[in-house]
Amino acid sequence: MNLILGILLQTVLLLGLAPLLSGCIRNWKAKLQNRRGPPVWQPYLDLVKFLRKDMVISEHASWLFRFMPYVLFLSTLLAGLIVPLVSASAPLSLFGGALALVGLLALGRFFLALGGLDPASAFGGMGSSREMTIAAMAEPALMLAVFTVAIAAGSTNLSEMLLAAHGPTWKLLNPAHVLAFAALFIVLLAETGRIPVDNPATHLELTMIHEAMILEYSGRYLALIEWSAAIKQLVLMALLVNIFFPVGVATEISGPALALSALWFLAKLLALAGAVVVVETTNAKLRLFRVPDLLSAAFILATLALLSTFLFQ
Amino acid sequence: MSPTLLLQLALVAYAAGALGSLLAMGREKLANAIGFGLATVGGVCGVLAATLALTSTGQLRPFELWPSLIPYIKLIVKLDALGAFFLLIVSLLAVALSIYSFAYVRAYYGRKNVGVLACFYNVLILATTLVFTAANAFFFLLVWEIMALTAYCLVSFEHEKTETRNAGVLYFVMSHIGTGCLILGFLLLFQQASGDYGFDSFRALGDKMSPGSRNAVFLLFLVGFGVKAGIIPLHIWLPEAHPVAPSNISAFLSGVLIKTGIYGLTRVYFDFLGTPPNWWGVTLLTIGTVSAVLGVLYALMEHDLKRLLAYHSIENIGIILMGLGAALMFLHSGRPFLASLALIAGLYHTINHALFKALLFLGAGAVLHSTHTRNMEEMGGLIKRMPWTALLFLIGAVAISALPPLNGFVSEWLTYQSLLQGFGTTASLVRLMFPLSGAMLALTGALAAACFVKAFGISFLAQPRSEHAAQAKEVAPPMLWGMGILAIACVFLGLCPTVFLTVFDPITSQLTGHAISRQLSLDPLLVLGSGETLGGTVSTLGITLTGVCLLPIPLVLWFLFGRRSKVRIAPTWGCGQRRLTPQMEYTATGFSKPIRMIFKALFRPRREVQREYDYSPYFAKNLRFESHIEEAFVTRVYRPLNRGILRLSRRMRALQAGSIQAYLIYIFVTLLALLLFAL
Repeated sequence: MNLILGILLQTVLLLGLAPLLSGCIRNWKAKLQNRRGPPVWQPYLDLVKFLRKDMVISEHASWLFRFMPYVLFLSTLLAGLIVPLVSASAPLSLFGGALALVGLLALGRFFLALGGLDPASAFGGMGSSREMTIAAMAEPALMLAVFTVAIAAGSTNLSEMLLAAHGPTWKLLNPAHVLAFAALFIVLLAETGRIPVDNPATHLELTMIHEAMILEYSGRYLALIEWSAAIKQLVLMALLVNIFFPVGVATEISGPALALSALWFLAKLLALAGAVVVVETTNAKLRLFRVPDLLSAAFILATLALLSTFLFQ
Repeated sequence: MSPTLLLQLALVAYAAGALGSLLAMGREKLANAIGFGLATVGGVCGVLAATLALTSTGQLRPFELWPSLIPYIKLIVKLDALGAFFLLIVSLLAVALSIYSFAYVRAYYGRKNVGVLACFYNVLILATTLVFTAANAFFFLLVWEIMALTAYCLVSFEHEKTETRNAGVLYFVMSHIGTGCLILGFLLLFQQASGDYGFDSFRALGDKMSPGSRNAVFLLFLVGFGVKAGIIPLHIWLPEAHPVAPSNISAFLSGVLIKTGIYGLTRVYFDFLGTPPNWWGVTLLTIGTVSAVLGVLYALMEHDLKRLLAYHSIENIGIILMGLGAALMFLHSGRPFLASLALIAGLYHTINHALFKALLFLGAGAVLHSTHTRNMEEMGGLIKRMPWTALLFLIGAVAISALPPLNGFVSEWLTYQSLLQGFGTTASLVRLMFPLSGAMLALTGALAAACFVKAFGISFLAQPRSEHAAQAKEVAPPMLWGMGILAIACVFLGLCPTVFLTVFDPITSQLTGHAISRQLSLDPLLVLGSGETLGGTVSTLGITLTGVCLLPIPLVLWFLFGRRSKVRIAPTWGCGQRRLTPQMEYTATGFSKPIRMIFKALFRPRREVQREYDYSPYFAKNLRFESHIEEAFVTRVYRPLNRGILRLSRRMRALQAGSIQAYLIYIFVTLLALLLFAL
């Protein structure tokens, strides 16, 4: 019963909060660039608009094209249910930990890239190729950073990892955590398609990655894809803030504790979003073949994080 | 029925299949029915025998295949837990492949001798089954050699093509280098066991051997079985030989034959040699990591569908070796629980790889059957023309990319867990190897996913890129059933790992002394736990069921908002061109270009561009582009080695001048030397 209630609440939270987070980032970015920018709730309006619209489907596309948005949406949502958001125990924490999270996101990406290839357009293929390449480069850094925390915590279960970091022994400047956080932050930028890796606002043929893959999608499928992208961003950011800054996360299930924890969660999330906005505004997009350098830097940071657990224990 | 009897039945069926199809050679349909029909029967008996042997307790009685006339030599067959596990793999694949072959070999009617193909096929399965159940070194080497030779005959089955002949010879040479090392290794064991060649006496040796000879045995078997398994750098024959064989044979080669190497390594290292020194495990883990990463990188560069799959076999052997290597390290540090976990991870991946790789090779065979090409750049759009093949290939692709909820994910999850837990087992710097190989495993998995997006996307999606692809037809039902069996097995091993884990109990209690399946299966919900101290849980079934429960969300959204929206079918935007042609699609080569650029230092791609123009280089009339990648191991290691051997043989030719007097002197000198030696 608790399981079903937990799943229900977290699903609602993921679905509801994800567009707001994207909206905030977009709005703040505009503010920082001296533009007025769209209101923070614009993504909700976009989603409703997409859901209402007619769809155009390519004549070359197969059943996979129609199947993909559901796989992407569900796998991202499931990944979200594995990560502890407000309560320290995620609803699906028994069903999977960090490895399942990475696996589910990879499943979504696999089908997303196939959906890009299906309509026979060159843009889709280009986007798929680049997306898979960048994901492959990001994966070792992501895993190594996760391993560093998992080894310290003694489990790959995200709730366990959070609880291990939680408590009086937690320090803001634990060298392993700082380095792993830096590595994961770079991975976050790459995985969510942010500058300097990808520009979420562009439709310029030669530079787009994520947008190129979904160029042929419209209507409610596009709504599902956009929503999934927003949820993925929320999930990864929640992972970062909760694992590295477990301050205020509710360890017991009670009304006041959860409310306080929700406030903390929002504050931490918005702070991280602010950091993303600053990075996006102060950096230029990298050439595609410079991105591997950035991701190798993330890998090296993660390796150093691992070394420092070895040295400073 | 007892497993022994079932095993005997299976052996008889394969032997009868081989003989029968050879006798019925003149009548193709009959030969097909006899050969592959009896192989199916044999496979079913084998699966039953293996399942019974793995679930029942107690030792099985060994039996003699037939009383041999030479007194010292005994052909003894003994089914133990480890052998039964591999028997399960070979028999399961024998069933699926034989059903597939009924329809597949029809393409050879009137062109090639189907009777001979079916005969070799049965002999190959028979020999492989005996490799897994032979109880002494002599018998093992005998069936090992029969297996290698039949495999050679099958690889060279379409010997009209030069490519095939060259691949066959390369396989032959490499395989015999391996066998040479095996013979030396077994001789060393034989000598240490004071003249007994039974596996039982090797087992009794264990720690009693001197460290020097144990290390020598380790290295000899590493090379001997490593060649067969296709570890880097002994792999060069694999991407040549596997693609040129008929596709049902390719599936067997990649699914089972390279696993005989894994079987041999497990048998010798875990069963015979006692407690291993640390460097053995470190070596295996390193070789595994290198093979996994390089295998998948070279696979990404291929646009020949079957060669791509062959390179992925190298990658997966690497992943299996990571598990085995970690298990050896844990045995060294006295952690039998972790050793069992890592061993299970390796063996689980062994059966998984057998299933999905066979499925993918059969899928590639179906595509080859319909489009008559292995080149992905000439495929495309097959998902509409061959929907079932496409679906089954997609299942295999998801499984091999280690994506949840299929079986590849489960075994890689186990591998990750054993690597992570390895960190705490030793205080030395060696412990850093575990997470770093874990990170490389992550890289491998992500690159494999990229590779299979390419393989599936370019071959099956979008518009057909050639006339052949446009006219492709779905293959005959037996071929689909053959693939279907394997796909169902992949789904089952992915969703119900805890049911299957009990199979490993007899194996791990035999090899590491710990049966841990109960500790790994936490609850009836099929939660897979992995922990003594450290751990994690995963439940692919739970995730899948939750996913199904969440499915109403997008449907409700659609119902709430989009009820009145319409769907229009329209052409894809062609950038202002009137029609979108297949030339505008992304190619397989183009797809992997970013990876090729990033790993330029490794691939060293050579390219030639010729441009013809009239006025200015910006308005080219003709453009010719060529790009090659040659494996560094071939160009840097094997080719110089080959040249060296040839040069040496040329020098040696002076000795063999053809003059009788010279030869007489050689004989005389040799005799003298021997006499002096005897004194």
